[in-house]
Amino acid sequence: MTSRAFKENAFRLYLYFSVAVGVVALGALLLRVLIDGFGFVDEVLLFNPPSSNPDRAGARPAILATVWLLGLVFGMAVPGGIATALWLEEFAKKDRWYNRFLELNIQNLAGVPSIVYGILGLAFLVRGLGLGRVLLSGSMILALLVLPTVIISSREALRAVPDSIRQGGLALGATRWQVTFRSVLPAALPGIATGSILALSRAIGESAPLVLIGALTYVAFDPSPLNAFTALPVQIFQWIGQPQAEFKSLAAAAIIVLLVILLMMNLAAILLRNKFQRKW
Amino acid sequence: MNPDMDATAAPIRVGAQQALSASRALPPVENREVVFGIRNGSVHYGSHLALKNVDIDIYRNFVTAFIGPSGCGKSTFLRCFNRLNDLIPSAKVSGDVHYHGENLYASTVDPVEVRKRIGMVFQKPNPFPKSIYDNTAFGPRVLGMKGNMDERVETALKRAAIWDEVKDRLKVPALSLSGGQQQRLCIARALATDPEVLLMDEPCSALDPIATAKIEELMVELKKEFTVIVVTHNMQQAARVADMTAFFSVEVGEEGLRTGVLVEYDETTRMFTNPSDQRTEAYVTGRFG
Repeated sequence: MTSRAFKENAFRLYLYFSVAVGVVALGALLLRVLIDGFGFVDEVLLFNPPSSNPDRAGARPAILATVWLLGLVFGMAVPGGIATALWLEEFAKKDRWYNRFLELNIQNLAGVPSIVYGILGLAFLVRGLGLGRVLLSGSMILALLVLPTVIISSREALRAVPDSIRQGGLALGATRWQVTFRSVLPAALPGIATGSILALSRAIGESAPLVLIGALTYVAFDPSPLNAFTALPVQIFQWIGQPQAEFKSLAAAAIIVLLVILLMMNLAAILLRNKFQRKW
Repeated sequence: MNPDMDATAAPIRVGAQQALSASRALPPVENREVVFGIRNGSVHYGSHLALKNVDIDIYRNFVTAFIGPSGCGKSTFLRCFNRLNDLIPSAKVSGDVHYHGENLYASTVDPVEVRKRIGMVFQKPNPFPKSIYDNTAFGPRVLGMKGNMDERVETALKRAAIWDEVKDRLKVPALSLSGGQQQRLCIARALATDPEVLLMDEPCSALDPIATAKIEELMVELKKEFTVIVVTHNMQQAARVADMTAFFSVEVGEEGLRTGVLVEYDETTRMFTNPSDQRTEAYVTGRFG
């Protein structure tokens, strides 16, 4: 074997190995969770409130709270994120220092650990504004957490719209606003939606900031925005900490529920992208 | 690539002279109506002078062609007519650019208002990712034009000679059309707002010869109703369609900075058979490119 062929094969092996590490680890994890928890995904888990008796314990408040969080975070982060992206891409003068500063900050915010957002939420929302340890506070923190990601992915989508579309609109006598809202935004919307869904799916998997502001782990009533709450990841975290083995199985079952929600969101993102994919 | 576009090949230049249409009887200068009058027109990009002191009159219901080597500023100049250079923050237009005697760059003039009357077609077809109908109706809609939209769309598509090809599928996405059809749709889109002038920036450079021929035919047809200004790399195209031709060239300054200048502007026939400037002659006969 020539040395070049040897190198190529060695590199290919290395690539296979790298892929295998990820796939095997994920597969093992999924398999383990499925074996442990699948039998526990039942109407008790889905429709019962938590209980100290594992036979009657369910995650209904946590699941509902996660759905609430999803809706509230979407309502807060996505319109604001798209608006920010529109401003930065379409209207802001890019050579001004304050706009560049803003951009840099947004990039950095996307990399801030989620626990730091939790601290901010605790200090500013829960205590400073006196909102308390309620679902609304939690959703505001998660909205802040995903906002930079929504902005960045929306900007990417806007940037993918070729300039010829803007010039074409302007040359027809449309104003900047008209071009932005009638041509550019509709063209970028599939990309924006995909990015936003992926950002949201990150939000509902977060537990650290919610634990920090005190998302209670034992909530027996259905959540509403101004009440104490728990969320699926927090519920999972709490069950795993219980001494009884049944709770560990319940945790695995709750993980399956969370995974199903996440996979459905990602599937929606993929379908959206494929349906509206465009070639310029 | 379309071999006609190779502007440096000498035989093409000979072809350009042959392409001159036989009878091109233009009205005498005093009977022509001036649509654009430019005096001392210059364009800066930042501190770089991209185009220097252009004097030119564009006549109504004429096809006027801008030719010249790459980088001579002919596209930049075209964008002065509908203030599209405004979009480039560093670009600055100076001198007098008059449209029917009115200064286009006066502080009271709204560029949006200008672009209503002066339509533009770009180098690469750029239909919006909407249906054929919505593309054509875009201009009238954003301008809030009254009247029957279906009729307006039909008229525009007919004027752009694409109606027969699309009348049964107006709701189909414009991006599913061929390149040549897309370009004619873009022409229809520009005509739908009833402009007076149509600016065309190398409208055929992305098209095959058959689609090019259709657009050229269309240009000659359109000048009955509109004033057409076309930037082209293709000498034969200028010879075939243009009544007047302006030849731009490049002067290289001290630090290698390139500045465009208008060398000669005359009736197309004269430009290709008996130009008064040596640089024009060198260019049209292929000795300089």
